[in-house]
Amino acid sequence: MAHSGINVLFEGRNLVRLFGGLGTTIEIAAVALVLGLILGIVLGVLRTFPNRLLRLLLRLYLEFFRIVPTVVLLFLFYYILPRQLGVNMPANEVATLVFALWTAAEMSDIVRGALISVPKHQRESGLAIGLNRWQLYRYVLIPQAVSLELPATINLVTRVIKTTSLLMLISVMDVINVGQQVVEANNQKYPTGVFWVYGIIFIMYFVIDYPLSWWAKRMDKKRLERANG
Amino acid sequence: MAKQILKVEHLEKSYRENHILHDINFSIDEGEVVALLGPSGSGKSTLIRCLNGLEPYQKGNVIFNGKPVVPTEKNWQKLRQQIGMVFQSYDLFPNLTVLDNILLGPVKVQHQSREAAKATAEKLLDQVGLREYENVYPRQLSGGQKQRIAIVRALALNPELMLFDEVTASLDPEMVRGVLNIISKLAQDSNMTMIVVTHEMNFAQQIADRVLFLEDGHILEQTDGTKFFVNPQTDRAKEFLESMDF
Ligand SMILES: Nc1ncnc2c1ncn2[C@@H]1O[C@H](COP(=O)(O)OP(=O)(O)OP(=O)(O)O)[C@@H](O)[C@H]1O
Ligand SMILES: [Mg+2]
Repeated sequence: MAHSGINVLFEGRNLVRLFGGLGTTIEIAAVALVLGLILGIVLGVLRTFPNRLLRLLLRLYLEFFRIVPTVVLLFLFYYILPRQLGVNMPANEVATLVFALWTAAEMSDIVRGALISVPKHQRESGLAIGLNRWQLYRYVLIPQAVSLELPATINLVTRVIKTTSLLMLISVMDVINVGQQVVEANNQKYPTGVFWVYGIIFIMYFVIDYPLSWWAKRMDKKRLERANG
Repeated sequence: MAKQILKVEHLEKSYRENHILHDINFSIDEGEVVALLGPSGSGKSTLIRCLNGLEPYQKGNVIFNGKPVVPTEKNWQKLRQQIGMVFQSYDLFPNLTVLDNILLGPVKVQHQSREAAKATAEKLLDQVGLREYENVYPRQLSGGQKQRIAIVRALALNPELMLFDEVTASLDPEMVRGVLNIISKLAQDSNMTMIVVTHEMNFAQQIADRVLFLEDGHILEQTDGTKFFVNPQTDRAKEFLESMDF
């Protein structure tokens, strides 16, 4: 008689290992998001400056990270670049770097979009009271852009968290990778264990991402209501 | 003789091929009120925006307090504390309260202490009858109230010259009078030097010491306020006044 599949989770240290994997995933996502969002805000501001060369370079950066699939980026940074450049980084750090750079690229576009949609009159009124460029961004443009861009930012965050499921491809011991190992190790004893392992991983991602996307939706709705009312 | 605040010499402005302002020359003395009148598209906004560096110009000089302005962004930025401007669209910063809108310039640009700046701001708010609104956000105000606050925001920097560009043009008719009264009071009681662009001919007649009449980017005439409305020098100005039902 086959054992009930759910018990695979309570076999040995399986559950602890799965949560450990989740911890790694969250850590990489969190560090990458913090670094990426900050860098993205800076790049987004720079992309509204008049300097054409700067804008072109940042645009190329964005397009590169947008066009190249994340899987390819991970392979590129983990297998190819180290060999070419002779640097050796642990998989976790490579993953953090790739996700941070990707987040920064997407964030720069969100920030730029929000900044240029602040009405031109706001910019001129700021200049007219003698603000310099830095003060204009600091007190007038960025605060207004933030409320415009918040839903898009949260959506980006959920996307990044979801995409961390690719981490196993560069052998980071993330939750998916641990899950796979658990499934393989227990295949004989629990043939249906695979459903339970991926089921719990699904729930883990859901519990993290769903409140975020709910929040983003609610904010967007509120903003529409305010705009129409 | 009164001190000269601003002088414009041979100013030329174009957008690409499009020549907008042609050889503009005039000056304004301390305490003087100049009305800048002319048909739509004649270049009034463009000219007034050249005077605080919001628009670049290709040729000519702006001389402020006897010193020619070297037109760099940095120089204009400093001068804007002395040359206040209020626009047609009442664009208070929606992310700040009324008081913070007003204090931003004095505190961040002029580095006044918040207490001192607040005392000045409240005095000005009293003058425009909006003291009790200092802690509300702009979205809670009517257009006329917003425009009065925008005027206070500019005055809080204690400028020597004020530029008004059709500040009542987007207001509901019942709001217009209140805003115009503030500008008149500013001219009479505070003896503020100002350049006023307006479509309100009665108002212009009442406050203007001098009228600059602009058409197609040329100053066609500069006439005393008392004379212009009764007896304009050019036929074009005559037609303009008629078209304004004046
Ligand atoms: N940013 C711009 N780019 C190109 N042309 C412009 C720009 N701004 C204004 N113009 C042109 O300059 C001319 C003068 O415009 P301006 O806004 O100064 O006129 P105005 O006298 O203020 O008119 P109104 O009474 O309608 O406000 C117009 O022909 C206008 O089309
Ligand atoms: Mg205009």
